[in-house]
Amino acid sequence: MVFDCIIIGCGLIGASVSRYLSRYKGNILVLERHNDVGEETSSANSSIVHSGYDPKPNTLKAKFNVLGNKMMSQVSEELDVPFIRNGSLTVAFNDEEVETLNELEKRSHENNVECRIIDADELQKIEPNISSEAKKALLCPTSGIINPFLLNVGYIENAMDNGVKLRLNSEVVDIKYIDNLYHVILKNSEELITKTVVNASGQMSDKIHGLLEEPNYKIIYRKGEYILLDHFNANFVKHTLFMCPTKVGKGVLISPTTSFNYIIGPSNDETTINDTSTDSETFDSLKESAKKLIKNIPYINVVRQFAGVRANSSINDFIIEESSNFKGFFEVGGIMSPGLASSPAIGEYVSELVAKRLGLKKNDSYNPYIRKHKSMKNLGISGINELIKTDESFGRIICRCEKVSEGEIIDCIHRNCGATTVKGVKKRVRAGFGKCQGTFCQEEVVKILARELNTSIDKINYSEQDTNILKVSLKGKKDE
Amino acid sequence: MNSEYDLIVIGGGSAGLASAISAFDNGVKSILLIEKNKELGGILNQCIHNGFGLHTFKEELTGPEYAFRYIEEVKKRNIECLLDTLVIGVSPSKVVTISSPKYGITNIKAKAIVNACGCNERTYGQIMIPGDRPNGVFTAGLAQKYLNIDGYLVGKKVYILGSGDIGLIMARRMTLEGAKVIGVSELMPYSNGLNRNIVQCLNDYDIPLHLSNTVTKIIGKERLEAIETCDVDENLKPILSTKKRIECDTLLLSVGLYPFSPLIFNAGASQYVKTKGAFVDQNLETTLEGVFSCGNVLHVHDLVDFVSEESAKAGKCAADYILNRRGKLNKTIYTNALDNVSYLLPNMIKIYSNLEEVTFSFRVKKPMQKATIFIKDGEKLIKKITKFDLVPSEMVKVSLKNINFLEYEEIDFLIEETK
Repeated sequence: MVFDCIIIGCGLIGASVSRYLSRYKGNILVLERHNDVGEETSSANSSIVHSGYDPKPNTLKAKFNVLGNKMMSQVSEELDVPFIRNGSLTVAFNDEEVETLNELEKRSHENNVECRIIDADELQKIEPNISSEAKKALLCPTSGIINPFLLNVGYIENAMDNGVKLRLNSEVVDIKYIDNLYHVILKNSEELITKTVVNASGQMSDKIHGLLEEPNYKIIYRKGEYILLDHFNANFVKHTLFMCPTKVGKGVLISPTTSFNYIIGPSNDETTINDTSTDSETFDSLKESAKKLIKNIPYINVVRQFAGVRANSSINDFIIEESSNFKGFFEVGGIMSPGLASSPAIGEYVSELVAKRLGLKKNDSYNPYIRKHKSMKNLGISGINELIKTDESFGRIICRCEKVSEGEIIDCIHRNCGATTVKGVKKRVRAGFGKCQGTFCQEEVVKILARELNTSIDKINYSEQDTNILKVSLKGKKDE
Repeated sequence: MNSEYDLIVIGGGSAGLASAISAFDNGVKSILLIEKNKELGGILNQCIHNGFGLHTFKEELTGPEYAFRYIEEVKKRNIECLLDTLVIGVSPSKVVTISSPKYGITNIKAKAIVNACGCNERTYGQIMIPGDRPNGVFTAGLAQKYLNIDGYLVGKKVYILGSGDIGLIMARRMTLEGAKVIGVSELMPYSNGLNRNIVQCLNDYDIPLHLSNTVTKIIGKERLEAIETCDVDENLKPILSTKKRIECDTLLLSVGLYPFSPLIFNAGASQYVKTKGAFVDQNLETTLEGVFSCGNVLHVHDLVDFVSEESAKAGKCAADYILNRRGKLNKTIYTNALDNVSYLLPNMIKIYSNLEEVTFSFRVKKPMQKATIFIKDGEKLIKKITKFDLVPSEMVKVSLKNINFLEYEEIDFLIEETK
């Protein structure tokens, strides 16, 4: 069997490309090396849908960011992803930074993004906890916050609903080009044949490209550490607060999340591939930087510290092109910030390149909507009560911190690209995301997973394959 | 289930059971006890070791046995229990919102509420140990649940951070089931567990306890592979020259418990910063009239016997409130935890009719072999008590009786170490 397209990597970009490609009739396969989708950069980032005022005009970053931001309202509706246009404030503390704001405002006009500079009075009014030393701010109302992992899952779930196949735990180790076809070889020696390849492998993209030819860029790994606070006060910060950008990066931000937590970060340090460890020095320096924006951050509400790795490219722009030497090999690499905001626009654009190369026909039965989540947000109390009448599991709260019902957990398991691990459940429905970090509900989640997947509880993995939580049974049946 | 009760008790563990029984025995018959799990007993159900009940029953019981005695008393009184149900909201007018498979999301009105929903374990997200975030790091209580309820060890080579009682109990328990417990690190220069647990759970099994030592790094991509430990100096900062790598597949955390129940705080009750529990008077009533708090959701207790005792009092006081037995409020005085006192309860004393006795609970900030407790109102000494062998891990109780509380404006507790 020959695939029309194999997409390597099921992070935000690979999943988005697959979703938009599912608008066409074709035999499409997505390969993901992890045991779940979106395990790397796609789920450990600032979760900001940038407005697009910031990238240099006429770059791919500017083009796809502005477009992606505009698309996000509809995309989030179709894929049932929490998305809020909370607006961003880029804050200046001295004259030099005010000058930077002026330049950014000019740039925002060039990029066609609505922005305006507000003075300290207005700033204090709309964001009362901001440091009194703030002089001015650039207000950008179209900036938003999103649940990046649910966007990732939404893309691939929708793609699968429309016929795309996904294979997890499938690491690509070689690609050969023979007679106008690509032979993609997996770690388990399996060989898959395809007409086209989309390289959306994020941190691995220069290496995957290198299997065919020397790429014209290199991935530079930059670690971003974050501090996550519990939802202690719904009005602590309403906008996404940025510092004035410098040559090094966008600096530390403070933002609410779509689940009403608060996120502080990221740091920006050189690192190696997929090193997501954290350290106490960075924690202290994040606190020190954040103090500039908001004086009294209640760190007593810290839920956890985490880190993600940016897959920055050496040429400082997205690389989105068909290889000139290898027809049908599409590079989508170096997708750094604002990659999340750009993801729908990149997916749409790349899918059209691929469809054109293959001459694919439109898939008339394509449905852009996923099955709505049966959440309190979607159904309200009366809707949930209706549901409980026929399915009592929606009345049984498993995660008391985040109020997640058994029914929601079961639903997230029985979807395309459903959860199979404790971490998968946590990322999809937030069971275990709260203050107790799963202390109370993890054991129940393990039991629900085992029951729904028809296996025993000691087979349930925490995240990757062979990360089962329960190691030795006292009943004599040992699994190790 | 009715739409209104005189008393709603939130939580069916040791605190909730004792308060429901006591409220019943003090004349309240319309009681609803709400429990999240499918059975009563709370955390006691997973505490299969013995040592419970020495004060209450003068015998050593296991956790489930201790719970069973109270559950039987609840059954005898036909107190209505709503299991498998979580309280998801409390309003200032004492309307309780529940989520239940049987009744859905619905409101129940109460004349009084006893909040008895226990405490949380501190997690490694909160103490922020640097390094990776692999599977294999558990709170001791979660590992205990997997072992005692489900029958599975979470690992074979175990290290324990923190010498809280659950950590010590789990060191013995996992050793008995065949795991190798390499050692226990305690940040402070003294243990935070009961002395009997240090002897019976560590010393008896040759498990070393490293005082003034902590875990400084977690290593392992998917599953824990190793940790790094360091001694700490007097400011609790790691001394890097003492860094040691220890291979293990499991790290248990026993780094403290804390009350966590946003419910009543969202309804407007005041929080006591030092315990993270509610701000209460001597009747265990919070700053929301008719809302009481007891057990580990109020402050973390060292012995379950004291949870039962305190909760029985909360039940009685809730009954007095419901049945209008407490008379007119004459005066409110506040209490202060001063020198060497880490927290002090009650936070206020409400003098209704004839107040004869107030029992105070507190913990000390550091171990003291001999100490004098000064109870003062500003400069005026109310009482002076000498105590021996005070440690932060043990709750201290002191009673004030046969005094006229109306004479005082404030009550301060200060402790001076004496040689």
